[in-house]
Parts: sequence; C-alpha cells; structure tokens
Amino acid sequence: MHEMAIAQGILDIVLKTAAENQVAKVTGIKLLIGQMTQVEPESLKFGFAALSIGSIADGANIDITIVPLVGQCNSCRQEFSVERYCFLCPNCSSASVTLVSGRELAVDYLEVE
Amino acid sequence: MQIQVMTNILDRNDQIAAEVHKRLSAAGIFVINLMGSPGCGKTSLLENTIVGLKNEISMAVIEGDLFTTKDAERIEQYGVPVVQINTGGGCHLDANMVSSVLDSLDLEGLDLIVIENVGNLVCPAEFNIGEDVKVTVLSITEGEDKPLKYPLIFKQASVVILNKVDLLPYTNFDMQSAIADITSINPDTVLVQASCLSGIGLPEWYDWLKEQIRMKKTRSI
Repeated sequence: MHEMAIAQGILDIVLKTAAENQVAKVTGIKLLIGQMTQVEPESLKFGFAALSIGSIADGANIDITIVPLVGQCNSCRQEFSVERYCFLCPNCSSASVTLVSGRELAVDYLEVE
Repeated sequence: MQIQVMTNILDRNDQIAAEVHKRLSAAGIFVINLMGSPGCGKTSLLENTIVGLKNEISMAVIEGDLFTTKDAERIEQYGVPVVQINTGGGCHLDANMVSSVLDSLDLEGLDLIVIENVGNLVCPAEFNIGEDVKVTVLSITEGEDKPLKYPLIFKQASVVILNKVDLLPYTNFDMQSAIADITSINPDTVLVQASCLSGIGLPEWYDWLKEQIRMKKTRSI
C-alpha cells in the first residue's frame, strides 16, 4: 500500500504549485503513470482523497493516463512495445534495450479555478 | 485554467536518496538495498555474508522492519553495527528514513552497508534509498512465476539470488523457466543460485560483492 506515499507526494506537488500560482481551488489533477510502476489507480485515488480533505485540492478529480511500456533496441534502433516484460529486442534479439517509456510517475498538469 | 507541472512524484525522495548516496560514496562505502519477500532469506543471506567476509570487509547493516527488532537482534549477535528502522506498518523504506539514521552509524572505515528492506516484492522496488545497487532474493519455495508477477523488483536488481536451491528436489520449481523469465526482464542482472543453509553458491556472491567494493573504493579515491 505504498500508494499512500505516492498520494502524499502528489499532494505536496499540488499544494506547492498552487501556492506558487496563487490558486484558490484545484479541481483536477492529471497524472502520468507508467505501465511498469506498481501503482494501483483506485488505491491512489482513495489515498489522495483521504489526504487532501480540507485542502484546496479537496474533491479534485484525478485523471490518470497509463503510459505504455516501450523499449528501443540499442543495436538495430527498433522501437517496440514490451510484451510480457521481455526486454530483448523482438527484431534482432539484442539484450541492449533502453526504456523509452513506462516508468513514469508524474503530475502532468493541474486544472484550477 | 490549466497549469503545467510535469514533475516526477518521487522527486523529493530521489533528491534525498541522492544526498544519502553522495554522503556514503564520499566515505567510499558500497551500499546495497536488499529486497525480497518475507521469508525468502534476506536476513540469512546477511548472516552468511557477515560470517563469510568478516576477515575481509568491514560492514554495517540497516534493518527495515514493520514493527519488530527481531532481524536487528539476529544481526547484532555477529558483532556488526546495526541500526533499526521501524516503518510502523509502512510497506517499504524511503530515502528519508535511511537519511535519518545515518548519524547513528560510524561511517569511518566501513566498506559496505547493507540496507535490508521490508519483506515485500512490490513497494520497495519503487523507492530509491541511496543505494549503489538493488539486490533481490527469490526463494525456490515462492515459485518460478514470481518474476513475471512482480517484474519491477527483478528489473531493478543488479543481482538476483535464487535462494534455497537445496530444496529443489522437494518442489516442482522450474529453474529453467525462472532463469528465462528473469533474464528476459533484466538481461544485465547477475543470477546466483544459492542456499544459505548449505552454503552452495555463496562464494560466487561474495566474489561479486568484493569486486564491487573494490571498484567503489577505486572510484572514490
């Protein structure tokens, strides 16, 4: 249940951003969550709702985009969707693969009033 | 109105982890984040490592545990400096917890700090705590399906120790399949088949560890 720790991280970012921009009310929070993170969206929303009670982000709608797991082969440069967590290039079988996306845990933007 | 933020949620944790890493690197200390399920043999691996390398390296242990000091007491018997972190039910260690106990350790002359994380295949994998490398222990009795079920903790591991191989004859654990899955998740990982009970495979782990410590010392001079 580390979603609570992640939710606290989100709230910290939201409150800091809101203060810097003199925002009175945060109505929406857009999150990018990579496919290869161990975050359960419903637990995260629940945790955030509990932590944000009484804050300017109380009741904010959390919108999550799951970012697919994509790798790029360092040998043949092919970009590919990583299936079954197999990080071997499907084109040339190289084991030298760079992660392009899928490990995101980020606040993208806030909807504010 | 929209405000662009684009900030990593774990930025604050990662900053503290980087500070911890910098401080320990300046002291030339190699740091391991030891992860794995409850009962997979993390503490047994530590006990074996302490005994196996006691004449060669100077080490300290940071023990993460939900509520108890049982593991710290086990380690203390070997005369190794040990600091306990109780997470109070928290399922993982974070960088701040590690940072807050560093002052309780005498870093002078240390070669190695092993931070034993809370027993859990999920949450610890998300949090950097200032380590040089992550090491994941998987025991035979957990089943060969675990790497694909919990891929992140295997993806992050520089070493995967397959522990309790002495029990292989009594289980239906498919070693070939486990190795194939782990190496496809993480082609760079070092796989060690070991038993903390019989001692098989441990010399390979000790050799890897000594080499890492030697390289760390060379880098920090």
